[in-house]
Amino acid sequence: MRVVVQEAPFDFGAEAEAFASARTDMGAVVTFTGVVRDLAGDRLDAMEIEHYPGMTQKALEAIADEAIRRWSLGDALVIHRFGRLTPGERIMMVATAAPHRKDAFEAAEFLMDYLKSRAPFWKKEHGTDSAGWVAAKDEDEAALDRW
Amino acid sequence: MDVLYFAWVRERIGLPRERVETDAATVSDLVTELSAREDRYAAAFADLSALRVAVDQELTDFDAPLAGAREVAFFPPMTGG
Repeated sequence: MRVVVQEAPFDFGAEAEAFASARTDMGAVVTFTGVVRDLAGDRLDAMEIEHYPGMTQKALEAIADEAIRRWSLGDALVIHRFGRLTPGERIMMVATAAPHRKDAFEAAEFLMDYLKSRAPFWKKEHGTDSAGWVAAKDEDEAALDRW
Repeated sequence: MDVLYFAWVRERIGLPRERVETDAATVSDLVTELSAREDRYAAAFADLSALRVAVDQELTDFDAPLAGAREVAFFPPMTGG
């Protein structure tokens, strides 16, 4: 398992290539990456991501540990950035490896659902005309219930 | 103990962290103490349903005891991913 919290960009291709590459018993690898998207009405100049140094790493490791335990994963990777990002930049990625695809997909979705609502990150959108904190959605909280 | 604020809670109170000397027994008691200080605290803590709390970097609730706690953090619901 690897959990990385960093300000710098990461190389999605290289990370995906290297992930679980030493394992010959894992038949399924799922990767997901989240990307900063433009605002619907306004132009997004930047997405500012604040986090809670100290708690972030521990919270992400606990979430990844839980995914590994529940889906018997061969490996899991979480990379999450903080700081000031522009549209099109990758914010984060997860990767999961399991013998079969169902477990790899489910574990990746579990990781994403928990990262969204239980990892101490907060996003602020800086548009051309306005700036504001992204509000948590009820549906994101509700998504945890299925696990 | 150290009290930390993040996102709009930090902006509303106007600082990211501070040292607080308190005998508050629970998180709720600490919130009551802080809210009585100044309007900016009262404004930040006006609606607790819009806030989350961590004690010593573990998510918990407002009833949580503070005995032995070193760090309490207040923030809005998280928006990771």
